Amino acid sequence: MTDGGIRMAKATASIEEKLPDQIKQSPQRNKTLQRWWRQRYLQLMVLPGIIWVLVFNYVPMGGIIIAFKKFKITKPISEAPWVQFRYFIEFFQDSNFVNIMANTIGISALKLLIGFPLPIIFALLINEIRGIKFKKIAQTISYLPHFLSWVVLGGILVTWLAKDGIINDFLTTINVLKEPVSFLGNPKYFWGLSLISDSWKELGWGAIIYLAAISGVDQQLYEAATVDGATKLQKIKYITLPSITGTIAIMLILQISTLLNSNFDQILILKNQVNISRSQVVDTYVYQVGMQMGKYSYATAVNLFKSVIALMLLLIANTSSKKLLGRKLY
Amino acid sequence: MKKSSTIKIKRSRGTFIVDTIITIIMILVCFLCIYPIWYVIVNSFNDAKDAMMGGIYWWPRQFSIKNYQTVFEDSSVMQAFKITFGKTIFGTTLNVFFTAMVAYPLSKNHLVGRKIFMKFGTVTLFFSGGLIPTFLLFKQLDLLNNFLVYIIPAAFNFFNLLIFINFFREIPAALEESARIDGANDWTIFMKIILPLSKPVLATIALFAGVGQWNDYFGGLMFMTNRVDLEPIQTYLYRMVAQVQSSQVAGSISASNITASETTSTSIKLAAMVITTLPICCVYPFLQKYFVKGMMVGAVKE
Repeated sequence: MTDGGIRMAKATASIEEKLPDQIKQSPQRNKTLQRWWRQRYLQLMVLPGIIWVLVFNYVPMGGIIIAFKKFKITKPISEAPWVQFRYFIEFFQDSNFVNIMANTIGISALKLLIGFPLPIIFALLINEIRGIKFKKIAQTISYLPHFLSWVVLGGILVTWLAKDGIINDFLTTINVLKEPVSFLGNPKYFWGLSLISDSWKELGWGAIIYLAAISGVDQQLYEAATVDGATKLQKIKYITLPSITGTIAIMLILQISTLLNSNFDQILILKNQVNISRSQVVDTYVYQVGMQMGKYSYATAVNLFKSVIALMLLLIANTSSKKLLGRKLY
Repeated sequence: MKKSSTIKIKRSRGTFIVDTIITIIMILVCFLCIYPIWYVIVNSFNDAKDAMMGGIYWWPRQFSIKNYQTVFEDSSVMQAFKITFGKTIFGTTLNVFFTAMVAYPLSKNHLVGRKIFMKFGTVTLFFSGGLIPTFLLFKQLDLLNNFLVYIIPAAFNFFNLLIFINFFREIPAALEESARIDGANDWTIFMKIILPLSKPVLATIALFAGVGQWNDYFGGLMFMTNRVDLEPIQTYLYRMVAQVQSSQVAGSISASNITASETTSTSIKLAAMVITTLPICCVYPFLQKYFVKGMMVGAVKE
C-alpha cells in the first residue's frame, strides 16, 4: 500500500513538472485542470456520489413530467401525449380534495400546536432532575419509542384501541367511558390518535436538541441567580428559556415548513376503510391512487402539487427566519 | 437569625415538592415508554388463543413458548427474517462506507466543484421526484422484485453526508499532512487515517441507517410486487396488522369463532414483534453518547 502510494506520489510530481508549459497557453482553464488532476483521487471518490445523486434524485425529478402527460405504463414516457394541467384540475375537482387537504393540514397543525411544546417541557423537566443517574436512565428510556418500528407500534395500538382492548378497559374502569368505543373504527378519533401516538414516540428524542441547548447555558448565571434568591421557576423563566429561544424558533420554523408532510408510516398503518374520511392524507392518497389503482400521472400531479406548496412554505419560513432571527436556515 | 432559618426550611420544602413532582412525571413517562414492550413480551409468552381474548397486561396467563416455536418452524417467516438481516447488514455497511467516502473529499474546501455538488445535494433535501417517478425509475433499472432495491437506492444519504463533513473538518490537518509526507495518497489517508479516527460518527450513522433499514416496511410493500419471498419481516407484519385491523373494524373477531389459522397468525405476530424489537432495545443505549452528538451536528446544519 505504502509502496504504491510512493509510486503515485512520484507520478504526480513528474506530471506537475510538465504542467507549466501548458499553463502558458490558456492559464485559467489549465489552472482548474491542474488543480483537478492534483486532486484526482479525491475527485474519483466523489464521482460515485455524483452519479448516485443524478440517478436516484434527479432522474425522478425529471420523471415528474408525467404529471403533465397521459402516461401509460406500457409505453415510454416520450410517447405519452401532453395533457397540460388536466390532472391537477381533476384533483382540485375531486370530491375528496377538501377532505384530504383538511386531514393533511389538520393533523400537522395539531402536531404543531400540541406536539411541538411537549419536548421542550420534557427537556426542562429532565434538566431539573438532581440525581445524575436517574437523569441518564430517564433520558435513555425516553428515547426507546423513537427506535421502534411503526409496524410494531401499529400492531400494539390496533390491539389496545379495540373494543376489548386495554384502553377501553382502563377508561371504563375509571368511569371516563360508559361503553367501550372502537377508537380506530370511528373517524372522529383519528386526528387525536395520530397526535398522541406520534407525540409519545418522539417525546424523548425531540428533547435531545433542547437539552443540548440547555447544557450550553453558562452555569454562572444559575449560581448568580441562586445567590440573589431566585426560585427554580424564576431560573427557568429568566435564564433557561431565554437561552434556548433561538433553538425553539428554528425548530418551530422548520416544523411549520413541513405542514403538508404527514408521517406516512404512521398513518398508513393506523388507517382503515372505516376511518378513511379522517385519515386519508395527501401522501397516502398518492400511494393509493398511484400504486393500487395505477393512475400514475394523476398521482404524480397530486404529489407535485404538494411538493410545490411545501417548497413555498419552506422558502417563506427561510425568509422569515432571516428577518426574525437574522440567520438563514439553509 | 430566626427569620432566615424559616426561609431556608420553606425553600427546601418547595424544592422537595418540585423534586417529587418531577420524579413522578419522569417515572410515568418511563413507564409509558417501556410498558408497550413489556405488554408484547408478556403476550408473546402466553398461549396465542388465550392471548386473543385480551386482558393479559402484567404477566402471562397461560405460559407457553409455543409462539416462538411456531415462528421458528414457519419457513416464510424465517425467510422474511433473513431478508431483514441481509438488508440491514449490507444496506447499512454500504450506506456508511459510501457516504463517508463521498463526504471526505467534500470536507476539503479546495475541492474543484464542491460548491456545485453541495448546492445540487441540498436541493434533494427539500424537493424530490416523489413516489411514482421513483417507482418508474426502479422499474426501468430492473430493481423491482430485486433484493438490491433495499441496498443501492439506500447507499447514499445527503443528510448523513453533512454530518460526516462536519465531523471530518474537526480532524486535525497535521495528521493528514504527516501521512502525505510519508507518501500516502488521498485514498490511503481516507482508509488508514480518517476512517479509524471517525468511529463516533460512523457509529451514529450506522445506527440511523441500521434502524431505518430494520424498521422499514414500505420498501417491501412498494417494490416487491410479485416476490413475497423477498419481503422483510416488517412488511410481513404490516400485512398481518392490516388484516387484523380490517377484521376488527368489521367486527368479525369474537372469542367463539377464532380459527386455527387466526391463532397461528397471532402467534407469529406476537413472537415476531418481540424478535424484531429486542435487538434495537439492546443496541441503542450503548450508542447513546454518539448519536446525541450526531443529532446535534445534524441539527446545526439542518
